[in-house]
Amino acid sequence: MESSLATPPAAPPPGGPQIPSNATKGAVEGSATWRLSDRIGLAICWALGLLFCAIAVAIAVYLFIQGIKYLKPSMLVTPAAAGFSEGETGGFSDAFVGTLIVGVMGMAIALPAGIAIAVWLVEYGRPAALARVTESTIEAIAGIPSIVLALFGTVIFSNTALAFLSRSNEGVVFGRSFFAASAMLSLVALPLIVASVREGLHSIPRHVREASYAVGKTKAATTRRILLPASRPQVATGAMLGLGRIIGDTAIIVVLLGATQNFAPVGGNFPFNYLRGAGTTLTNFVYEASPTGNLNQPQKAYAAAFVLLLMVLALNGAVDIIHRRARKVGTWSS
Amino acid sequence: MDEEFSPEYGPRWSDKRVEQMLGALVCAVVGLLLAMIVTVLVRGWPSFAHNGLAWFGPGGSVDEQLNTIFLSGESGAHYVYTFHAWPLIWSTLLIAGGSVFIALFSALFVAVFVVEFAPEWMSNILQPVIRFLASIPSVIYGLIGVLVLVPFIGNHLVTEHQKASVAGVISLSGYSLLAAITVLTVMIAPLMVSIFSDGLRSVKPGWLEGSLALGVNRWRTTWKIGVRTARPAIVAGTVLAVARAIGEAVMLAMISGSVGFAPNPADGAIFIYEPSRPLAPTIVKNIDQLSSPPSNATLFAIATVLLFSAAFLSLTGWAARRAMRKYGAA
Repeated sequence: MESSLATPPAAPPPGGPQIPSNATKGAVEGSATWRLSDRIGLAICWALGLLFCAIAVAIAVYLFIQGIKYLKPSMLVTPAAAGFSEGETGGFSDAFVGTLIVGVMGMAIALPAGIAIAVWLVEYGRPAALARVTESTIEAIAGIPSIVLALFGTVIFSNTALAFLSRSNEGVVFGRSFFAASAMLSLVALPLIVASVREGLHSIPRHVREASYAVGKTKAATTRRILLPASRPQVATGAMLGLGRIIGDTAIIVVLLGATQNFAPVGGNFPFNYLRGAGTTLTNFVYEASPTGNLNQPQKAYAAAFVLLLMVLALNGAVDIIHRRARKVGTWSS
Repeated sequence: MDEEFSPEYGPRWSDKRVEQMLGALVCAVVGLLLAMIVTVLVRGWPSFAHNGLAWFGPGGSVDEQLNTIFLSGESGAHYVYTFHAWPLIWSTLLIAGGSVFIALFSALFVAVFVVEFAPEWMSNILQPVIRFLASIPSVIYGLIGVLVLVPFIGNHLVTEHQKASVAGVISLSGYSLLAAITVLTVMIAPLMVSIFSDGLRSVKPGWLEGSLALGVNRWRTTWKIGVRTARPAIVAGTVLAVARAIGEAVMLAMISGSVGFAPNPADGAIFIYEPSRPLAPTIVKNIDQLSSPPSNATLFAIATVLLFSAAFLSLTGWAARRAMRKYGAA
């Protein structure tokens, strides 16, 4: 059984010339001659690989079924309301819009900052000690639990100097608003963007930069006119990955966006009154609507989770398309 | 369209100024991280100072202690800080350790499979599957855990007899170590697979070919040469996964049971059905107590522990990778 599974279906033509790059993969030593222990190992590989597929299919199919069963389009335009049954409590439009707001605002901070840090690391990077420290910093930020970032956010944004970014009451600053949550969420996305843009800049060969310097462009102009446009696919990939993390994060939202299910605008002009106020996102809604949360409306939790999953899948698809298009255009080395 | 006429090497965007601006931003980010470490430590210090090393030890009920701390802050008479976090730490160790242990082995096998042994059609399926699993938000894993896995464990796996045997101490309702470890494994394994397979792909083909030319079969070659060469990537992936497992707050708050109880291996088979609550979910569950100063200090003390274990982890990973630099692969 296992040996028949393990035989690669695409065997190379017998007697044909071997292409060197094919030598490790697909060149065709069946597992029939292996020792039993090795063949058991291969069987474990297959079993685990199929298990991963099965888990993914189970999660996707289950959420799709539950989502289609419970999601009504009206939920996306009806704000949440207080009520006793699932029929009376409205939808989750505020959460949906909140997710969009947090995504846009978080990326508005993280994308420029991430690109700037990557450019500095690759193109400038002096003094070398600072470059090393920066690399470790970015790595460390990637490893910090988001709940710790959230707690740190409460300290920063409860500062009276930043009172204009959230609600304050008799000198006590509430410190929870879209501004606070987005600022901290941008830190979650930052390492992904930096890593991706760095990879893009690294893949551009030296002679491209030298050609630009030779016609009298400064380093800054070269970066802006040549290097960044050339690494656009990686910038976009980093942005999509970062956005996925921002949309999917829950801990920072629960702590820094206030525990409401509706927008709570504070005084001020139109966009700012909402952005300064507390709010909610889909992740927070799913958390609160699950049986362990305060709302306990599992059906709506499924519906919201379905919407969230669709957004994440759309981002994944975007990354795929970017990759495929970039491969079609070709790289510098070819 | 000013730029068409003003030279780009002019004073406004001169190289020096751009370098300084970017450098300032970089310094700001480094400074932010330092400020975070200092702030969290300073805020949490009162809790450590009052308890000493007993902070990490066992003693009393954690949930009662948290409640007393909170109430003492509200009344304002005098603050109580007594806190013994062992059940939370033990739960973190069990859940993170268990899931990383399982995920490490399965991710290694799957990565080897994807890179070396899977037929083309299979790896074309597996790669998007792994990306999909890695990108599902943790709260969705939590929701599925709480609505599917937890009831299943509570209704089918735990017998009535087992429930009755510990009825006075703790209720076995399905919120359990088993549920937490299962879901956390599914969450972190894809992350490890993608980093491991990057490492395996960057092994120099010549090294593998050398082994194959000596008549070693593909399986042995992959494990003895490929996996060994990719050890730095394996360390890096494991460190990232451990950090994720320790820091996961919301998903575990949903399914770990949210009881400050230390599961006891001496209980035998029902050990894995016992509920608990790791460190990070404790912060989420008690977040509305931030307004009370002693609670605030206690929560920041927990955050300090998380922050320093994350820092310690990346330091260990860095040291391990440095020691393995001679193997060539990144």
